[in-house]
Amino acid sequence: MIVKPRRDKAWLGVLPVLLIVAFSAVVPLMTVVNYSVQDVLDFNTRFFVGLEWYEATLTDPRFQAAFFRQLAFSATILIIEIPLGILVARGIPRTSKYTGLIIVLLAIPLLIPWNVVGTIWQLFARSDIGLLGVVLNSVGIDYNYTSNPADAWVTLVAMDVWHWTSLVALLSFAGLSAIPPAFYQAAEIDGAGSWQIFRFVELPRLRSVLVIAVLLRLMDSFMIYTEPFVLTGGGPGNTTTFLSQYLATMAVGQFDLGPAAAFSVVYFLFTLLFCWLFYTSVIREDDG
Amino acid sequence: MAWMAWTGPTLVFFSSIGIALVIMTLWEIRSPTRLRRGFLPISTTRGDRFFISLLSAAFIHLLWLGIIGQDVWLASLLAITWAWILMRWG
Amino acid sequence: MDKICRILLVSYGVYLLIPLYWLVMISLQANADIVSGFSVVPEAVSLANFTEIAASAVWRSAFANSLSYVLINSAISLLVAIPAAYVFSRYRFLGDRQLFFWLLTNRMAPPAVFLLPFFQLYSAVGLFDTPFAVALAHCLFTVPLAVWILEGFFSAVSRELDEMAHLDGFGFVEFFLKIFIPVNRGAIGVAFFFCFMFSWVELLLARTLSGSAAKPVVVVMTRTVSASGLDWGVLAAAGVLTVIPGVFVVWFVRKHLVKGFALGRV
Repeated sequence: MIVKPRRDKAWLGVLPVLLIVAFSAVVPLMTVVNYSVQDVLDFNTRFFVGLEWYEATLTDPRFQAAFFRQLAFSATILIIEIPLGILVARGIPRTSKYTGLIIVLLAIPLLIPWNVVGTIWQLFARSDIGLLGVVLNSVGIDYNYTSNPADAWVTLVAMDVWHWTSLVALLSFAGLSAIPPAFYQAAEIDGAGSWQIFRFVELPRLRSVLVIAVLLRLMDSFMIYTEPFVLTGGGPGNTTTFLSQYLATMAVGQFDLGPAAAFSVVYFLFTLLFCWLFYTSVIREDDG
Repeated sequence: MAWMAWTGPTLVFFSSIGIALVIMTLWEIRSPTRLRRGFLPISTTRGDRFFISLLSAAFIHLLWLGIIGQDVWLASLLAITWAWILMRWG
Repeated sequence: MDKICRILLVSYGVYLLIPLYWLVMISLQANADIVSGFSVVPEAVSLANFTEIAASAVWRSAFANSLSYVLINSAISLLVAIPAAYVFSRYRFLGDRQLFFWLLTNRMAPPAVFLLPFFQLYSAVGLFDTPFAVALAHCLFTVPLAVWILEGFFSAVSRELDEMAHLDGFGFVEFFLKIFIPVNRGAIGVAFFFCFMFSWVELLLARTLSGSAAKPVVVVMTRTVSASGLDWGVLAAAGVLTVIPGVFVVWFVRKHLVKGFALGRV
């Protein structure tokens, strides 16, 4: 690796980014923190309440429920999407005239507006007009995602797998393409079968790509809002209400500025923690 | 700026973070940090350790608030001690 | 093992296509037919839902609103991200790693966290219910994303290019505009594509920051469901229309796209 020259004048180049991100991230974050320690009725009538909202948020059973629901959801989709994505990527031919076509096909779900993803699955899964719903019910499975929590969960997970496995597959495919052919030849000379090649040649070399895939999926599933909002609206009951949705309801539905702000800060801190773990592991890859 | 709803305590809070950043920058210019390996499982620079201290301080306070309550001065004490340990040996 | 993977690829491809097939199919049917009888293959196909959207002022302005904030956002993002990505890829400077990390946190932060202050901020500066509010708000994640992608591509461009241009007597600005940017137009295309997409697909901020005047497509779509209720055909047709630009653009950047993924960015 070439060592980059040091030049502090380079700061000029990042200044515009700095200004725009300060405007759209720093100022809002400071505002959130300000709100989170006050009872804001309007901007002239507000009271300092200390850390009350934080305690209220952290001990709020609905927040805790949404938090654990969120963790369960993120874990479920990771367990499915990561192995599936790797295997699908292995199935893509490396050099074929269809490779480009397959990649575009795989990329399609990533390019659909998130609410349309919700709409597609709504149309697809409804038990009155949806292909999935009607077919399942006609073979005798009682399926209705709007009234049965288990069905709602399965549908959400199926939707997320549909929506995002491609990302894992494309990342893995890129990782696989970067493995020099010599590695495969050496393995073949040693008489390795395809499972052994996968286990001892491919998987170790996919490590850094997989770190990125896992963390991107973790972070993005952690902030999921739009698709469940459209598909289930958080229901039936609260069984598919995740953190973002609960927060959005508090912030712009009920205008509970103080509690919503405390919630935001807690939520952001968790994001920051995950993000730092992510960055640290990527950087370590680069150094090593 | 009225909509930002500043309060005394948050003003102090952000000012101290701002001042800390300025001090870290000046310190960095005076004596550039070196990547080193302490008791943490990764190599860190001074800036990294500072960031880890801040982040752990936040989570120490959150834990305290969630389990014990609003009397957080002991948590703050704990966070400061931990930050000092981190900066020194981390 | 290889066979299993191939089978998985094919089944996954089919799994991807079935819901899409259903979307297209519903969009080609009249609402009465959709609700009254269920059939896997449509009996009567019509473009009535699409003409209804084309004729409606609400939908037309919604598409125009969406496109305008997405384009404003992409323009701003690229304009600020290109120089930043260049210096990140070429130099070390005080706090560069910290800065890069900080940018990344904004890509990762849940938009819901910023909902409340954005609403107040853009109301306070008088941008609420204009495309600019949404465009600027989306910079929160498109700018870091663009910097991240471009930095990867720029790092792969040999530094000799810079040095040669310098020897040939190009000034920095001239070099940057006349050589560096044209050389990296593929990378900039990919970055533009991702800004475009992520701004195009976002709902939460777009909905919160637009009132009645600047209502984007994604909002009109969710309201179609809740208010008038059940015009599934029009909803599906609108869905099809929102998918088309993405597919169209990805076809043009498909070669660079794999390279973008290869760099582990995105």
